Amino acid sequence: MDLIWDGLGEAIRIIRSGDYSVWEIAVRSILVSGTATAVSLLIGILVGSAIAFNQFPGRNLAFALVNTGMGLPPVVVGLIIAIMLWRSGPLGDLRLIYTPTAMVIAQTVIAAPIVTGFTAAALRNLHPQLRSQLYGLGASRLQMLWLVLWEAKLPLLAAVMAGFGGAISEIGASQMVGGNLAGDTRVMTTAVMLEVSRGQFAPAIALSLILLALIFVVNLILTTVQQQERRS
Amino acid sequence: MTQAKLSLRDVRVRRGRAELVKVTHLDVLEGEVLVIIGPNGAGKSILLETLALLQRPTAGRVLFEGQPVDGRQLALRRRMAVVFQEPLLLRRSVADNVVMGLRLRGVPRSVRRQRAAAWMGRFGIAHLARRSAITISGGEAQRTNLARAFALEPEVLLLDEPFSALDEPTRDELLDDLSAALRDTGVTTVFVTHDRDEAMRLGDQVAVLMGGVIRQVGTPAEVFAAPVDEEVAAFVGVETIVAGRVRSLADGLATLDLGGVAVEAVSSTLEPAAEVLVCLRPEDVVIEPAGPDSRRTSARNHLRGSVTRITPLGGQVRVMVDCGFSLVALITKQSLEDLRLKVGDEAVASFKASAVHLIPRRR
Repeated sequence: MDLIWDGLGEAIRIIRSGDYSVWEIAVRSILVSGTATAVSLLIGILVGSAIAFNQFPGRNLAFALVNTGMGLPPVVVGLIIAIMLWRSGPLGDLRLIYTPTAMVIAQTVIAAPIVTGFTAAALRNLHPQLRSQLYGLGASRLQMLWLVLWEAKLPLLAAVMAGFGGAISEIGASQMVGGNLAGDTRVMTTAVMLEVSRGQFAPAIALSLILLALIFVVNLILTTVQQQERRS
Repeated sequence: MTQAKLSLRDVRVRRGRAELVKVTHLDVLEGEVLVIIGPNGAGKSILLETLALLQRPTAGRVLFEGQPVDGRQLALRRRMAVVFQEPLLLRRSVADNVVMGLRLRGVPRSVRRQRAAAWMGRFGIAHLARRSAITISGGEAQRTNLARAFALEPEVLLLDEPFSALDEPTRDELLDDLSAALRDTGVTTVFVTHDRDEAMRLGDQVAVLMGGVIRQVGTPAEVFAAPVDEEVAAFVGVETIVAGRVRSLADGLATLDLGGVAVEAVSSTLEPAAEVLVCLRPEDVVIEPAGPDSRRTSARNHLRGSVTRITPLGGQVRVMVDCGFSLVALITKQSLEDLRLKVGDEAVASFKASAVHLIPRRR
């Protein structure tokens, strides 16, 4: 039991002391996963609305692909991105392997299908005639898209949260394409794994607490917004 | 002559291999209310969406004030307004919904407010202005929908069965309000419905759409009293349709032979021995019990027969009489009670020669 209580006490001390190495890792995690989520949102909205709104041959296949993408194993994503970005790989000249950019790319590949799937489902849940009604009120294509996205903002918010959650929690891909380099590509998940393998539980617990708190705050915001929206 | 505001020329709409709409010629005249009436699945909604420039025809042209619409769809849509059966309100306040179209069209805020207030007042939803649109009743939502459309002050208003999801009293009230608003604004209107009552109350012109084809266009009186063929007749509520032959013609009055039963009808265009379909609306038939007092009415036709079926329909009763052929009459519940008619009784069905509509049969 001492292992737990001592570890927890030490972890809290580390967090409260503002330990640079821990907070630096936390901030980098947020930046990398936040960027990946933002890019995923852009891709997810474009692809998700294209699939939801257009009738085309292979539409069901597209849905199936997106749904498969929502369950992509991060390790497989990491492997593929690592091969692509490897010095001797097809995109090796970009010199991105073991950089935060490579991690953003990998996390985007993980989060974009999640956001796409949520977006397509949210837009398909709207009344099929809503778009015609908005056009009928005089909306341009862009105005229509903005209004339906705004109308579906609650499920879209859930899409963002799910995408961010998927990105910040994964470890396999970040480890493989980032390399867990201290001060450069080390993020919370890879750092926790490293510390545990070293038997250093206190910093691992500290980082895990920050990760949990972050996910809690993100979901708290979501729930609050949803509640307010329902009440209005 | 009144100008055509919106026209279709040789328009076809296909989905896959099915041809859903095939309209050779349709004009919506400036300031008129054109009701497109037809059974479910006739292609009414697709026709309306084509007119509203929400659906591109597979072939043919849509004209706005005589000019092709190609490339001007957005600009022209902003001169029209569409109301669907579902109110399709956004998750915002009622007032925000009413100004939505105006916002999309870039109308200044002060004008938006003023017009929204005026039309919310007119449709009786001013007190709901700040309520969320997802919390109001179906009738209130459809009022909001109508206010949203009228606030646009459109040049053309297109409505697709706006009342068919509403209960009877709500529908009735809204029909009155819409009718008044249409009259006061004089807006060119296309109103799609399957309901004959709505067509009668609102239409200057009625177009009957069946199987994607416009079968007849005319004033409501023309279409309802003189349908062009058997299918249209059945759809517009003619319940007695019997095949017959002209026996004799004299002074614009034709005597017809309906399988041995003689019926007189007003006609100036028939040939002797011509084969016709005899159409009779149930509300034009008067029923009396057979007896010495019968034949009190001035009608030219009095057919004796036995009552085969009595079907109550709300305040009215449908009575079927077999007088050599099946004849349907619509009478009030009160008169059924006064007449003390029951199935099997002998009765006399009377109707005027002018109430008989004849459709020449092509062989």
